[in-house]
Amino acid sequence: MVLSIVLSGLAIGCIYALIGIAYNVMYSASRVFSFTAGTLGMAGGILGSLFILKMGLPSWSGFILALAGGAMLGVVTEIVAVRPVLKSLDQHLYVLSTLALALIVQQFAAIEWGTDAQPFPRIFNLERNNFDQQFWLPMLACVVTIVGLEVLYRRTLIGHAFLAIAEDNYAARALGLPERNLRMTSYALAGVIGALAGFAGGQMMLAFFDNATQLTFYGFVPVALGGMGNNRGAVVAGIVLGLFQQAANFLVGGVFASVAVFAAFILVLLARPEGLANVALGRRV
Amino acid sequence: MDMSTTGVRPARTSLLRSPALGSTLPWVLLTVIAVTLPLFAGGYWGVIATRACVYWVLVAGLNLLVGFAGQLAIGWVALLTVGAYVTSVLAAGNVMPALDPYLALAIAGVAGAIFGVIVGLPALRLRTFYYAITTLGFATIVRQIVLAWASVTGGGVGVPGPIFHPPFDSPWGFYYLCLIFAAVCTWMTANIAGSRFGRALTALRDAEVAAEASGIAKSKLLMVVFLFSGATAAIAGGLFASLQSYITPDAFTTELSVLFFIGVLIGGRGSIIGPLLGTILLTVLPEFAAPLVAWSTFLYAVLLLVIVLAIPGGIAELIDFKNRRPLQSNRAIVPRPDLLKRLLTQDTEPGRLTLEQVALSFGGVRAIDGLDLTIIPGQVHGLIGPNGSGKTTTLNVISGYYTPQGGVAKLDGVVLTELAHHARAHMRIARTFQTPRIVGEASVLENVMIGGTIDGRGTFVESLLSLPRHHKDEKMLRESAMLALSAVGLEQLAGVRADRLQHSELRFIEIARALMLRPAFLLLDEPAAGLSAEEIRRLGALVVAISQAGTGVLLVEHHADLIFDICHHVTVLNLGKMLAAGTPAEIRSHREVVNAYLGG
Repeated sequence: MVLSIVLSGLAIGCIYALIGIAYNVMYSASRVFSFTAGTLGMAGGILGSLFILKMGLPSWSGFILALAGGAMLGVVTEIVAVRPVLKSLDQHLYVLSTLALALIVQQFAAIEWGTDAQPFPRIFNLERNNFDQQFWLPMLACVVTIVGLEVLYRRTLIGHAFLAIAEDNYAARALGLPERNLRMTSYALAGVIGALAGFAGGQMMLAFFDNATQLTFYGFVPVALGGMGNNRGAVVAGIVLGLFQQAANFLVGGVFASVAVFAAFILVLLARPEGLANVALGRRV
Repeated sequence: MDMSTTGVRPARTSLLRSPALGSTLPWVLLTVIAVTLPLFAGGYWGVIATRACVYWVLVAGLNLLVGFAGQLAIGWVALLTVGAYVTSVLAAGNVMPALDPYLALAIAGVAGAIFGVIVGLPALRLRTFYYAITTLGFATIVRQIVLAWASVTGGGVGVPGPIFHPPFDSPWGFYYLCLIFAAVCTWMTANIAGSRFGRALTALRDAEVAAEASGIAKSKLLMVVFLFSGATAAIAGGLFASLQSYITPDAFTTELSVLFFIGVLIGGRGSIIGPLLGTILLTVLPEFAAPLVAWSTFLYAVLLLVIVLAIPGGIAELIDFKNRRPLQSNRAIVPRPDLLKRLLTQDTEPGRLTLEQVALSFGGVRAIDGLDLTIIPGQVHGLIGPNGSGKTTTLNVISGYYTPQGGVAKLDGVVLTELAHHARAHMRIARTFQTPRIVGEASVLENVMIGGTIDGRGTFVESLLSLPRHHKDEKMLRESAMLALSAVGLEQLAGVRADRLQHSELRFIEIARALMLRPAFLLLDEPAAGLSAEEIRRLGALVVAISQAGTGVLLVEHHADLIFDICHHVTVLNLGKMLAAGTPAEIRSHREVVNAYLGG
């Protein structure tokens, strides 16, 4: 039993971590947290099921199309809900505009896809000692994403540009970096990561419209605990969250697990509003 | 304009009405329709109208939180759930002998108030997105607990809602009960909106630092509002349970929560009529488009997006015709320093404000390095120096935004650095800001009235119920604010939305707001920046008059001419250290100052 708790905890933790990274990628590019992060995960699951099960496409093309859908959603988020409100960042209108867009997408899914959780296809037929695809696929996705992002940020020119934008937006623009295009690319990248989370976690969470709400909340917990913009913090916090949640689920039951996670989230935030990993608050006057 | 002989020109009453209420006509129409509804509408519309009333009882309270205080509480359905279940369970007698439904409703109100504070507490530390997602978490948790606690709540099976006694048991009778609650909530929230508490909430929303400088204690005020909003939401829950006649956890969806939240935003921030119309619109809209019922939340979300992107002011701004009239374009600010004597009446002779060996560094940068400063009542003390020399930092140490690593700031023996931000206003220390901090959506007069918040004597409850002390406070604040506006020369703009003004006018509004504190010490942070030469001359005369009324002024400025014209004493900073101090004449001829700063 311990093994299954650990496996499912790691797997779900990796999904949360990936959504947390999607939050972070969007945040780094625009200083904006977007409510659409969980929606991207939902889209990954539903699109995967749609393309592979409903439309019968081969797994790999369904996978690529699902990620492309996520990327598109990311770009739409940037154009519709983020770019128009960036000039008045201090009014926090982005909270409302991204919430509205997230609801629009989620409701569209609820109506067109249905409000019941629908099955997600098995992609690989390898299984060894209960180490099923539903467990290792999210872990693999998480590792690939982390390694990919590290390579991108450290080894490539566009990655350096991303970092420059995240570090100091004005200075980056003064250097002549195409800030808007980089931001759109970041949102597309966040879309791909979010959709990947949903696709990899499809067997575990199914293709379900309400995953958007769940992932928006549980994906934000790692961001809040790990420190905003901090991907490594998000992965660690996400995995801890997943393990904690699954253990509590098995030991004391679902409701108490949710209450415990929520209580821990609130308490940590109240003690360290800037997250467990450093980062000073901005100047007020 | 004949301002020389008369005193303060009485502002027209229409200017002084709270803009939160808007014009009278929509209110009259709404009241007539609501009261006479049974005469011309069928029973089905009665149910819809009842639902609108129930929703409004919740939204009215939520409006104070979201529309006025700017707290993004998107999960307020949690409070509706608590109220609905407390009322139903107590009235049904699931855990103890069945209670009278009215008593159950009252208990639900108390429970809601307590739970409102619990949901509200994180708002004191968490901002915007963080707080929004926290309230969403509360909503999810409450629903899960209700579902799991089947022995009390009936779990997924549910529990019957309460039935109220005659004459409120029939559908129309129940409608009137809900209408009474809705009317009372409207009245109470309108009272708050038009009180110093309502203005303080908008100040915390749009200009938090200025609100604190005016002595508004954020945590205390927010907690009272959370109590109130929690109570009204829970009462709405009790009524909701009765309207549904049977409740299950499925009735309390995130979509419903979003409906409440969007109702406020569609209506417009800082308004009462707007969110009321917004709530009615959202309740009624699906009824006009029966095939679209499934799409209703989708449509609400689209509506929210359109509102945020296209008309951030919401319905309230659309029907605010008064503020569309063009303003006179060639207006001048003509201060009347003679009025200051009536305004700045000192209760007691203040001591001196002193900084002793204050030191503060950010990382490796020594922003202030062993600074001594004494500000004497009745004198103007100039603080000049190149950019980055520590002028604003000094101001922020006095205001409490930075805690010095060494030395103290004292007034009358009280160590300022140990006080909360807002406590400085009680010591009669007022300030202005480099970038004016103004509530753009409030009128000029209301902005100035914010400055006098701590001089009100009535409590929140007295304002809620419109008791005599509330009216006395309002009258007093309005009169002093008009006086302060006249003193700085802006009284003809009293009723105008502050965001329609020019930059120079905003600077003078900030001074008027600071004067409302009857400051013993006034800290001015670059008040002449962006002003024309003529305006700077008038500003100088005003500052001199303020000091002559007994106030000690600390003036941070780059305009050397202004400093040398009006200061009694000048301190020159360079790299956080005092380069020179003395009378303007001494500074003017100080060799190092001329070299480092003035240029020779």
